[in-house]
Amino acid sequence: MLEIKDLRAEIGGKEILKGINLTINPGEIHAVMGPNGAGKSTLSYVLSGREGYEVTGGSVTYMGEDLLALSPDERACHGIFLAFQYPVEIPGVPSATFLKTALNAQRKFRGEEELDAMEFLKLVREKTAELGIKDDMLKRAVNVGFSGGEKKRNEVLQMALLEPKLMLLDETDSGLDIDALKVAADGVNRLRSPERSALVITHYQRLLDYIVPDFVHVLADGKIVKSGDKSLALELEEKGYAAISAA
Amino acid sequence: MAVSQETVEQVASVSEKYKYGFVSDIEAETAPIGLSEDIVRFISAKKEEPEWLLEWRLKAYRYWLSMEEPTWAKVDYPKIDYQDIYYYSAPKTKDKPKSLDEVDPELLAVYEKLGIPLKEQEVLAGVEGAANVAVDAVFDSVSVATTFRERLEKEGVIFCPISEAVKNHPELVKKYLGSVVPYTDNFFAALNSAVFTDGSFCYIPKGVRCPMELSTYFRINAAQTGQFERTLIIADDASYVSYLEGCTAPMRDENQLHAAVVELVILDDAEIKYSTVQNWYPGDENGVGGIYNFVTKRAACRGKNAKVSWTQVETGSAITWKYPSCILQGDNSIGEFYSIAITNNLQQADTGTKMIHLGKNTSSTIISKGISAGRAQSTYRGLVRMGRKADHARNHTVCDSLLIGDKCGAHTVPYIENQSRTAKIEHEATTSKVSEEQLFYCQQRGLSEEESMALIVNGFCKEVLQKLPMEFAVEAQKLVGISLEGSVG
Ligand SMILES: Nc1ncnc2c1ncn2[C@@H]1O[C@H](COP(=O)(O)OP(=O)(O)OP(=O)(O)O)[C@@H](O)[C@H]1O
Ligand SMILES: [Mg+2]
Repeated sequence: MLEIKDLRAEIGGKEILKGINLTINPGEIHAVMGPNGAGKSTLSYVLSGREGYEVTGGSVTYMGEDLLALSPDERACHGIFLAFQYPVEIPGVPSATFLKTALNAQRKFRGEEELDAMEFLKLVREKTAELGIKDDMLKRAVNVGFSGGEKKRNEVLQMALLEPKLMLLDETDSGLDIDALKVAADGVNRLRSPERSALVITHYQRLLDYIVPDFVHVLADGKIVKSGDKSLALELEEKGYAAISAA
Repeated sequence: MAVSQETVEQVASVSEKYKYGFVSDIEAETAPIGLSEDIVRFISAKKEEPEWLLEWRLKAYRYWLSMEEPTWAKVDYPKIDYQDIYYYSAPKTKDKPKSLDEVDPELLAVYEKLGIPLKEQEVLAGVEGAANVAVDAVFDSVSVATTFRERLEKEGVIFCPISEAVKNHPELVKKYLGSVVPYTDNFFAALNSAVFTDGSFCYIPKGVRCPMELSTYFRINAAQTGQFERTLIIADDASYVSYLEGCTAPMRDENQLHAAVVELVILDDAEIKYSTVQNWYPGDENGVGGIYNFVTKRAACRGKNAKVSWTQVETGSAITWKYPSCILQGDNSIGEFYSIAITNNLQQADTGTKMIHLGKNTSSTIISKGISAGRAQSTYRGLVRMGRKADHARNHTVCDSLLIGDKCGAHTVPYIENQSRTAKIEHEATTSKVSEEQLFYCQQRGLSEEESMALIVNGFCKEVLQKLPMEFAVEAQKLVGISLEGSVG
């Protein structure tokens, strides 16, 4: 599904990703852990096409296509979803409008009928009920005045609605209480299927108790320095990054 | 790859170029070029006007001759040669049409191209039971089709071209014309008074709630024809009317002058809601062509508890110079001004309002949203004046500017004059930028760059968009997207 080869990228002339190799097959969940500033968010931005993140080498193939040639919205429409580490506020735009506009843009892209207000409302109510998210959030402007946890929940709700093929979660668990953590994990697990994959960036092995990964990678200083199964996360928690990276 | 092709088309359809750029073939009957007393007499004679009106025009003309074009606004344009403009052109119809069947099919085709909402097209076509919108279409300065008049007449509402009102309701016109905006008011008002060719007239009698929204579509058509509209609306005691003004113009290389005057008179307990969506040709990416829009709009709340609200969405014109104002004379009267002004490329807008509080307990609200993109310059200029007798008068002003890119400018120029010891004046102003982060967030959810921008800007304008009547709000939201075309990437 996703094949990253020797990927190098820089921001403002500073090299951040220094040769990443990673293959994600359909249905797999990969966890990425690593110290602050290692380049985890950078990787997620490069994959989703954010401006200013310049790819200087390597390649990324997504479902047989050259991912790096696509614009951010094309990538989104092709099923790449990034749950932001820091979700962005958009004043004056109700969350419901935002969601409906996004969903319809993606449906239109796929040649599907756009949903009208009633159909959309029905769908979104189903999702909020499933995830146990209060739907009063929908009336409020996107992320404006949301608590940290509410912002993350909003990301999960968006993901549930857009049903992406490749989920990129950047520290979706950070700042969540234990109930919200379960909501987030539930959001991912509900979407889990043989066709869908996920890249889950986290600092805490606790999340991986709920979203059980197939692989765990350690990203340090722009490179994947170690990969393993879920036991690697436990090991990391015990020994810290320094010991692992040095090994 | 077929998918990418579709995306290209999607983007193309969102970023469609100015879609009203066509020139209609309707032959104009045109006065000789330039301005003189003879031209003023020509116009008055063409309109078969009474002597008093000709005299008024001539006085205005002579006064205008003594005036200087104002230069205080923050707009920059080549000097206008007032002798190089045609002051009169009318669609060639010998007699006034009695029904729409008699209206030039070319003209109806123009409406079609303009994308006048279906509902209103039906109204124009006289479909029975069609929407509750009456359209008085002003085409090249002469109203050629007025519909729904009968239904309005039943309520005693008069809605007709002002030239007709001069003939049929001279007492009303004589009493109120120039009573809110005298010809001595400013350079462009004097010019308009001398040469205005047509516009709408509306009178709502005592106690009547106008049964439909009144709507006028302005168009500028013949090349190099100045457009001098004159609109007069009178809401008698305890009456109500909502008036919609929409404007579009075909594409031109020559800059065109538009100097309209709108006068509103609101008596005891009456209310006028006046909404404008203005998308005249703004000029191309290099600032070539485009309308010069110098408008004087003013409302006089003469009676107690009178209320007026101006809502405007200004996305067009090369230059906009416009300050819809409220004179709050009656005790407890209320003035509101809600404005969205979008400037892109090389557009310049200097717009705002004046709230003149004279009566006791008068209150006013100003919400202004200015959006600048490209190399555009947008200025909010607002005056709040509390007169000596304006006890306990209140004003609240919110003035927000949004910048797209770093070559444009936004300016806020509030003037406050307070002579009342008990008045309260509040002013808030913010300037923000559309961030790369916000755009990326939207794009990451599947919206194109243009769609993302439109969504963010619509969010910024929300408080004002909500003030528009439904049909207008939808149109305005689309316009926001269209007018920001080319502002990203
Ligand atoms: N716009 C920028 N300009 C310059 N350097 C940047 C910019 N954005 C990020 N960086 C740098 O890139 C490096 C990697 O940042 P990144 O956000 O990818 O780290 P991370 O692994 O996600 O860290 P964390 O665990 O703290 O979220 C850091 O050193 C950071 O300071
Ligand atoms: Mg990060």
